[in-house]
Amino acid sequence: MTLGSLSHSAFNPAGLQAARIARLTWILLGTTTIVFVIVLAVLAWAVVVGNRRREQPAVDPPPSDVGLTGAVSGAAVVTVFIIIALMGASIWTDRVLASLHASNALTIAITGHQWWWELQYENNTPSLRVQSANELHIPTGQPVLLKLASADVIHSFWAPSLHGKRDLIPGYTTTVWIQADRPGIFRGQCAEFCGRQHAHMAFSVVAEGQDQFNHWLDAQRATPPAPVTDLERRGQQVFLSYTCSSCHTILGTEAHGHVGPTLTHIASRGTIGADTLTATHRGLAAFIRNPQSAKPGNYMPPNTLSTADIDALVAYLQSLQ
Amino acid sequence: MTATRTDSDRERDRQRLTRTWADPQGFFGWFSHVDHKSIGRRYLITAFTFFLLAGVLAALMRIQLARPDNSFLSADLYNEIFTTHGTTMMFLFAVPVMQGLGLYFVPLMVGARAIAFPRLVAFSYWMFLFGGIFLFSAFFANAGPDVGWFSYVPLSLQLYTPTKRADVWAQLITFTEVASLAVAVSLVTTAFKLRTPGMSLSRIPVFVWAQIVTSFMVIFAMPAVMVCSTSLILDRLVNTHFFDPGHGGDAPLWQHLFWFFGHPEVYIIFIPGTGIVSTIVGTAANRKVFGYPIIVASLALTGFMGFSLWVHHMFATGLPHLGEHFFTASSMMIAIPSGLQIFCWIATIWSGRLRITVPMLWVLGFFFIFILGGMTGVMVGAVPFDLQAHDTFFVVAHFHYVLIGGAVFPLFGAFHYWMPKITGRLLSKRLGTVSFWLVFIGFNLTFFPMHILGLNGMPRRIYTYPADTGWGALNLLATLGAAVIALGVVVFIIDAISSLWVGAEAGDNPWAASTLEWATTSPPPVFNFIDIPTVASSEPLWDNPPDQPVVVGLRTDVRDVLVTYVADADLDHRVEFPQPSVWPFLTALAVTGFFINSIFTPWAVVYFALPMFVTMTGWFWPKSGEDTGTRRWPFRARTLPKPNEAFAPGVAR
Repeated sequence: MTLGSLSHSAFNPAGLQAARIARLTWILLGTTTIVFVIVLAVLAWAVVVGNRRREQPAVDPPPSDVGLTGAVSGAAVVTVFIIIALMGASIWTDRVLASLHASNALTIAITGHQWWWELQYENNTPSLRVQSANELHIPTGQPVLLKLASADVIHSFWAPSLHGKRDLIPGYTTTVWIQADRPGIFRGQCAEFCGRQHAHMAFSVVAEGQDQFNHWLDAQRATPPAPVTDLERRGQQVFLSYTCSSCHTILGTEAHGHVGPTLTHIASRGTIGADTLTATHRGLAAFIRNPQSAKPGNYMPPNTLSTADIDALVAYLQSLQ
Repeated sequence: MTATRTDSDRERDRQRLTRTWADPQGFFGWFSHVDHKSIGRRYLITAFTFFLLAGVLAALMRIQLARPDNSFLSADLYNEIFTTHGTTMMFLFAVPVMQGLGLYFVPLMVGARAIAFPRLVAFSYWMFLFGGIFLFSAFFANAGPDVGWFSYVPLSLQLYTPTKRADVWAQLITFTEVASLAVAVSLVTTAFKLRTPGMSLSRIPVFVWAQIVTSFMVIFAMPAVMVCSTSLILDRLVNTHFFDPGHGGDAPLWQHLFWFFGHPEVYIIFIPGTGIVSTIVGTAANRKVFGYPIIVASLALTGFMGFSLWVHHMFATGLPHLGEHFFTASSMMIAIPSGLQIFCWIATIWSGRLRITVPMLWVLGFFFIFILGGMTGVMVGAVPFDLQAHDTFFVVAHFHYVLIGGAVFPLFGAFHYWMPKITGRLLSKRLGTVSFWLVFIGFNLTFFPMHILGLNGMPRRIYTYPADTGWGALNLLATLGAAVIALGVVVFIIDAISSLWVGAEAGDNPWAASTLEWATTSPPPVFNFIDIPTVASSEPLWDNPPDQPVVVGLRTDVRDVLVTYVADADLDHRVEFPQPSVWPFLTALAVTGFFINSIFTPWAVVYFALPMFVTMTGWFWPKSGEDTGTRRWPFRARTLPKPNEAFAPGVAR
């Protein structure tokens, strides 16, 4: 693994802000490395000189305290200047980060839950709003406004390739702008300890061209097609008659629960359980069969569904493109 | 009384003083000790035991993280382990071990017979011990805290942590607050009022200055976390809503209060470490540490500035930018006093006659690791960079570099340096060198990769990670490094224990050091000095002339202690110190009952008031004149030795 090869590295920026922070990182890293090397080199030299004087006191008289005072004062002055310079670089970068904004920008409300991300694409027309979870689609090349809040404890939104962290604090709504300058899938993860399954609260940011994004958005707005095959119909019945619908929403059905993530277009997402398992037949079946197995401690209760019911349910969920 | 004291005078005084100052022996006597050396030793051994326990927890975490999707530990247990590891290291190891060192050595270094408020110090030890036992009992009963050593609300509130785990954390904090505050006031009073005549402010050893600054920081920082732990308990137990956003409480309020304590806490741990470094560097370089006034001023400045950085733990919460820049400035500026100290130490080494002893080896390790940690500290002071590094393994690497580098490495140096004074035996140079290199190499193998992991997106406090994150290789390396550290610590323990039997006799002053703790025997007698030495310089054992006077006129048949003025250490008065007593232990038992039961019911406050009242009454029961047959408290204590009695010429010993 090398620096910057990952889709979730601060060294592999995909947006303006991460790029400016990466530049600041290199400035800080370079400066502090030079200082570190110089200080340790002087220390090593001092050890050699001091040790030699012990062995040959006559040959090597100690330097005067006046000279030492000068050297220490000089080093202190240099330190002060370096720190002022780094402070300047920090404040300058911060100004650039804060400069990103646009009017009429795409606005996405993100609500943190133990342990998943609720996403709502805002729109003045209620019917055009989109609910999703854990997979954040954004168009490339334009600023996007994120409105961050929490439904329970403190979480922190962090996609290292795009920007630094911003906490989701219950009782507050904070905002942060992000922008992806190239298409890609960027991994992110909750960065504030939020309880038992903090480790499994990841997400992905899917940055794509405007056309592709619009296409995705339209697809998400649509009500999913009614089940076609017998198996899918049986799956829908299981979903609606069992306890699933009290926590999950599927548009076009009577399921309007808001405890767990929306499943309206679950089949369009790559993973389930906030990036815990892949959204394949196997992953979905495993999660439903024993929700506490892959992600122990999550709030999905156990169930008594038969294997046949689970197969039907998964077939139905996989039809929700 | 101007004649030089003869050896028979000294032998007579030695016997009387031993009778007067001895702590009671036997099993029951053991609970009554008030000698600062006895309590300091207990502090050091207990804190080191907690260090080992927390180290085992760290090893378990490293095993779990060694490979992706590992199932060695469950999520639940992992969270309990990292919380207990952090809480133990901060509250049961780092602070108490430094205070234990202060308890043992501050009175010796200032030439005092005893520590101020000896019963309070005894009480503090029992509180510390009971707090630690309480935490680990809860941990082994599967009720260990699991919400992080910072216990952020609302996660730690009843709604999200319905078990008693968060209460255990909060009360452990209360235990250690009480203990460390008690030690802090005792150390400050000892350093300010019990110094031997001649030890003016400018002659106080740097280590004692470090303990003074640390103690003041404890006194000002601990109340903030006391508000935290108490209001958390209230929120959880009696439904106050200080922190509950659902009922008008405020979650960030917790963070402000906690970090107003939490950041100074870092300096409470690190400043004694710098005091150790100054001491060892001065001795090894065989010269007074260069820039004594700069070093002392830097300590004080760090102490003040340490209180103005707390917000850099909260950059990601979305504070106003102007406010953040203030804290960027203060976070970076604090590098200046630390840098000044480093420059002064280098100047000391450069201009001295350096002997590379094992303590000095640990100090050289300190330079490498601490300076690196300081550099990353300047980096995370920058808001934009911190937004990436915050709450990731980068920060884990940073603070282990600062705390292990700034406190643990000096501490191991201090063990090698001062254990001969405590036990009378030297540690092995060979084993010491081996353990140093193992810990040094292991440390860098463990923690350096974490910088990279953090910036590659690995957050803190996750119990596992998927393989496709690419974090596996560096985590494995870190785990291997942890094994090397463990090996080094084992070698150190073997060295320390075996030295009790096979170590060379240390003699009074094995390092040819300059401060007063080396002016008495190793181990020191219970009364510290037969003749209390006065001083005429900051390095008395190097500079004092052979006829430097010693203090006489203190009674040997009662616990007579000389009190001096703060600035010049001129004679003020003398005071009789309390006898050993079992009451501090009993009071600690009563308070422990109160703390633990108040987790379960608010009525504990009421019904534990009685045993606390009874035990504290026993503790503070005034002495009658007949008890000692001499003086009544307090007025007749305010006498001085007669002028011609105060000093007698003689060699300080």
